[in-house]
Parts: sequence; C-alpha cells; structure tokens
Amino acid sequence: MKNLNNPLSPHLQVYKPQITSVLSILHRLTGVYLSLSIFFISYWLFSIFLGQDFYYSSLPFLKSSILKFLYIFWFFCFSYHLFNGVRHLLWDFGYGFSHKEITTSGLVVIFLSVISTISLTFILI
Amino acid sequence: MAKFNLPKNSKIKRGESFTLSNNSSNKKEFKVYRFDPDKKSNPTINSYILDMDACGPMVLDALIKIKNEIDPTLTFRRSCREGICGSCSMNIDGTNTLACLKAVDDVSGPVNIYPLPHMSVVKDLVTDLTNFYNQYASVKPWLQSNDRAPEGKERVQSKEDQEKIDEPSACILCACCSTSCPSYWWNSDKYLGPAALLQAYRWIVDTRDDKKKERLDELNDSFKLYRCHTILNCTKSCPKDLNPGEKISKIKQLIAEENS
Repeated sequence: MKNLNNPLSPHLQVYKPQITSVLSILHRLTGVYLSLSIFFISYWLFSIFLGQDFYYSSLPFLKSSILKFLYIFWFFCFSYHLFNGVRHLLWDFGYGFSHKEITTSGLVVIFLSVISTISLTFILI
Repeated sequence: MAKFNLPKNSKIKRGESFTLSNNSSNKKEFKVYRFDPDKKSNPTINSYILDMDACGPMVLDALIKIKNEIDPTLTFRRSCREGICGSCSMNIDGTNTLACLKAVDDVSGPVNIYPLPHMSVVKDLVTDLTNFYNQYASVKPWLQSNDRAPEGKERVQSKEDQEKIDEPSACILCACCSTSCPSYWWNSDKYLGPAALLQAYRWIVDTRDDKKKERLDELNDSFKLYRCHTILNCTKSCPKDLNPGEKISKIKQLIAEENS
C-alpha cells in the first residue's frame, strides 16, 4: 500500500547537469522562444503591409538596441534548434547512440550554433 | 504538469555529523540522505567521516562500514557487491549508479549519496519500486509462442538471432536509467521508462516470439512509448553500459515500419 507520508526523493535538486539533459531542455526552450517570436514576425510583416508611413514610424523601434539583442538571441535559438533538430533526425534513423557520438554530436551542434549566430549577426545587423 | 520543487514533507533538513576520532591522513566525508518513517520528520543529510585506509575501495564498502561501525540504523539494499544483482542502485555524486561499482576515489570532495531520484522513499536509501516492477510486468516479459517447444529439447536459435537479444538481456533492472530520465520523473504513472522499454524490445526482436505485432501495437501510445524525447540520460547512466535510448529509438522505427 502506498504511504502518502513518505517523502519524494530529490531529483532536479541533486542530479548533476548532464550534456544530454542540458542540451535537451535547451532544445525545448529555444523552440518556445522561436514560437513566441511568431508574434514579432507578424508585427514586422504587418508594418510593411500597412505601408510606407507606418513602416518608417516603427523603424526606431525595430532598430532599438534591445531588439538588436533579441535578434542575436533569436539567431542562436534558430541555429541551435535547427542543428539539434538534425541531430534528433539522425537519432530517429537509429544513428549516433554510442556514448562518444552522443557527446561529440552535442558539442558539434553547440559549435555550429555559435558560428552560425556570429555569422548571421555580422551579415544582418 | 511537472512539479519541479520537492513537496513540503520531502524538503531536506540538516542532520547529524559523525566525526572520526583517530588522526588518519586519508579521510573522506560521506553525506548520506536519511529518512526514518517512524519519526514524523523530514529527511535529513547525515555526515560520516571514514578512515579510507581501513575501508574497501567502493562506495558500497563505505556504506557497509558506516552501518557496521558508526550507525547501524542506516538502511540500504545490497546483495552481490559485484554489479550483478542491481540492488544497490542509488544516486552517488549526482548521477545514478550501483554503489558496488562506483569507486570512492572517483569522487572529488565529499561523497553525496541520495536514493534513486523522484521516487517514494521507504527508508533512507530504499525507494518503493512497486510501480517500476509493475511497468516491467506490463510489457509481458516472457516468451509468447504459437507452437509448443520441441519434445525434450530447447528452442534452438542461430548465433545471429541470439546476438540480437544479448545486450538487452544483460539488464539487471536496477532502475538507474528510468530514474535518471526527466521525462520519467514527470510522467512515471503513464510513461513506461527506459528499463521497461528495453525489456519490451528484448522480446520484440526475439525470433522465437510470435507476438511481435501485438507487442508493438501495445506500445504505440503517446505516453507509454512516446514520452521518450531522446534525452539519453538513460544511456549515460546505465552501470552495465547498455543502451536503452538506442533500443527505444529502434522500437519507434519498428512501429513506423509496421504502420507503413
């Protein structure tokens, strides 16, 4: 019989961050950020759609430094979610499950995301 | 919805400290999770200091020494002390492993010892594995064949067919993998977890078994199987170096083939 007074053993509180679980939650969080950014992208498209006057009046906002920071953050989220998505596809095809491959592919994804973020920042901002 | 905090009755308080009386140069501190169901109080962390010159090399040796010489109330499961039985699974230095296979020297600083994560604690390092075993039983871990075994003989298998089940058969059901999986932490009531799924796989690929399709259909469920998000903490934590994550992915592939 289950005793409801028995405590729950600690989990997140004691488990050491693993490259596996940290990259996994990062995939989820970047996905959430990308989903939320759909509102901003809509606003951007609408500001173009509503004509020249509206677009020019929203330019100071679109070019503000806080938004520039969010763009760079978006580049990282986009790059990471994309590359890690490819990693997940490979897993779904049954490749890359050895200990070494799991760690290496994770580091490769991080490396590619950083390179891609830097490149996009220089090209677009 | 996942609860990230511990419930009120599970918050850990400070416990007792047991110091070492002699002046050994080779001391090691062990911080061990304690919970006594007979007392109406929260779990605590007790600190024990051992003279490692007079103790065996593994964490299990240290726990046995604490129980024998310092604190006989310390409760934990153990049996074979050589990684065969899977009884002494616990969270040591932040990851799940078997106490008998974890060397004390591999841990720098104090050795933190907790029960398997996100489980109901019976006493000290002993957790309630009822749900875990029920999930194992739910995958019907036995041979289901349409024909009877040949008279006076075993069911003969080719070497290649045996190799398919060698790895998953080596699982000792210590629950290290399942209780390292965040997805299992949040959904252990509905998600089967890596250990049970590895055993499901073991019978799916067994060429003597005739219920492959039924087994796959049973698993084709958004919770039982597909709460696996390929986090792979399971593969990382397995003390027997098995690969539950890879086998779960293979089950998903087999279901995809079955339904195409």
